[in-house]
Amino acid sequence: MRKVYVVSDNIITSLGFTAENNLAALEAGQTGIRLHEDEQMSPSPFWASLVDLNSLNDRFSAYADPDQYTRFEKLIICSIQDAIKNTSVSLTGEKTLFILSTTKGNIDLLDPKHGARFEESRLYLWNTAQLLQRFFRLHHRPWVVSNACISGVLAVIIGKRLIGSGEFDHVVVTGADLVNEFVLSGFNSFLSLCPGPCKPFDADRQGLSLGEGSGTIILSADRNLSEDHGKIIVGPGFSNNDANHISGPSRTGEGLYMTIRRTMENTGRKINFISAHGTATPFNDEMESIAITRAGLQNIPVNSFKGYWGHTLGAAGIIESVAGIGSIRHNRLFRTLGFSRSGVTHPIAVIDETKEYQTDTILKIASGFGGCNASLLFYRS
Amino acid sequence: MQCIIIILQVMSGNYYIGDYSILRNRQVIQGGEVIFESRENKPVSFFTEVYKHFGLNYPRFYKMDNLCKLGFLCAELLLKDKQIQQLYPAGETGIILFNAASSLDTDRNHQQSISSRLDYFPSPSVFVYTLANIVIGEICIRHKIFGEGTFLIEEKFNPSRMFSYVRQLLNDDIVKCCLTGWIELDGDQIDGIMVLVEKTAPDPDRIAIFDPGILTKIYSQIS
Repeated sequence: MRKVYVVSDNIITSLGFTAENNLAALEAGQTGIRLHEDEQMSPSPFWASLVDLNSLNDRFSAYADPDQYTRFEKLIICSIQDAIKNTSVSLTGEKTLFILSTTKGNIDLLDPKHGARFEESRLYLWNTAQLLQRFFRLHHRPWVVSNACISGVLAVIIGKRLIGSGEFDHVVVTGADLVNEFVLSGFNSFLSLCPGPCKPFDADRQGLSLGEGSGTIILSADRNLSEDHGKIIVGPGFSNNDANHISGPSRTGEGLYMTIRRTMENTGRKINFISAHGTATPFNDEMESIAITRAGLQNIPVNSFKGYWGHTLGAAGIIESVAGIGSIRHNRLFRTLGFSRSGVTHPIAVIDETKEYQTDTILKIASGFGGCNASLLFYRS
Repeated sequence: MQCIIIILQVMSGNYYIGDYSILRNRQVIQGGEVIFESRENKPVSFFTEVYKHFGLNYPRFYKMDNLCKLGFLCAELLLKDKQIQQLYPAGETGIILFNAASSLDTDRNHQQSISSRLDYFPSPSVFVYTLANIVIGEICIRHKIFGEGTFLIEEKFNPSRMFSYVRQLLNDDIVKCCLTGWIELDGDQIDGIMVLVEKTAPDPDRIAIFDPGILTKIYSQIS
């Protein structure tokens, strides 16, 4: 099977419009999660990480008219545009594929406040794929992965496999999701939103913080298409289901444990760092601590990035993979913002200070509604 | 392209479709025959009729949204006489599903519940179904399937993508058998088809080699 390289990437969150800006914010320990009062989005004030619309429109106007595109589409297009600056991958070629990862896409258009300007078909995720195909003049219609909070990790896994088998040479994996009334009201009804910035793995954690954003990872079989000549390789990745519950994780971490075990069986490398899902809900973090311990990884440094930019849903797996790759590139581990005292029954090595650390191999894990779990390895060549 | 597909197939061996199920409009089709027909117009009434007609007993069914009911019933009819838990390791049965409308049917219900501040009642039991992959979770719970699951969106039934992704999972030995299908529900339109793809031919008298052609043939059965 062919090797698959990360040749370029991008992150867009409240903390910045490039991967470098976001990594600088991690280094500085900044959070983009703030208290917002917006009667149109929520009857009561809410904590979330939001991308500034004016800045997004400013950036987007370099590519097209911001009025003709939705907030979701602008986030995706800006992310791809920034990622392709640093590589000469041919977007239009027959051997190039795009994969879009999202949970809810343009769902805010269901609300007439946002949707009145657009045709109803814009709501459908295949329509976004069609729009991307037109915008970037792609040979193939993009694939669309919509698989709850593991969508992003799964999209990278799929892209890696499609290059590995020779079906494609380059895959642009991009993901985005919004914070809007639809998701705020839903997570609120689950009582899973934290009244403040979230505190992953902490004893006082009270739930998640929502975040919006987009991320892109460009994969290729050709290492010379990257500025670093193929420093980062995508390793094995798998997904498994808990077969237990649709809205809560397995108490034994079964699905996540199975996927981590499979990933480890398929590599000879020692994992140096785990980028956890770490949503800061009581059940998720507890389950992850169990699965990590069952896999024998309880002493490996682990963090959650959710305290910086919140839970970006379908973009999370991509954004956090890019941040994790940043740890390999810079040999730095970033602390779990919001964490101070362990609040999980299985003690794991939660990173509580940002520091230099030899990081060659990282494990990205994710879990989501529907009992789904995924894990994926990246390593230095 | 066609030529490449054929070469790859020879290289990696064939896979087989042992059986399939279709729930479309108001009919249930299996083995090329309409085995049940209903006069019910509303999807929810049709699904309840199918559930009762086939003597299913799984009370959780009544909690599901329409998309999950559709996927659940397709899987139920397909797997009812098979012991896939015994035939394949728990973590090595996959479920790869596609549709066009994602979970829009339930998304609209959730939106309705928040459309007015005076009448604001978002509910967790509705919101949890605003993700298309919940149907995979429901089937996994019912049949104790722990393997790879992916929900993908396409404008229309796309047999070549369905084929190429499932074939890759089998080729790479990520799954030993795979449920795949098109589980589409949008308004009153019901279009569900599910096939079971296996590495070995389960029934020598009724085998079909898994390829885009057979998927198209099964999907386009005129009832």
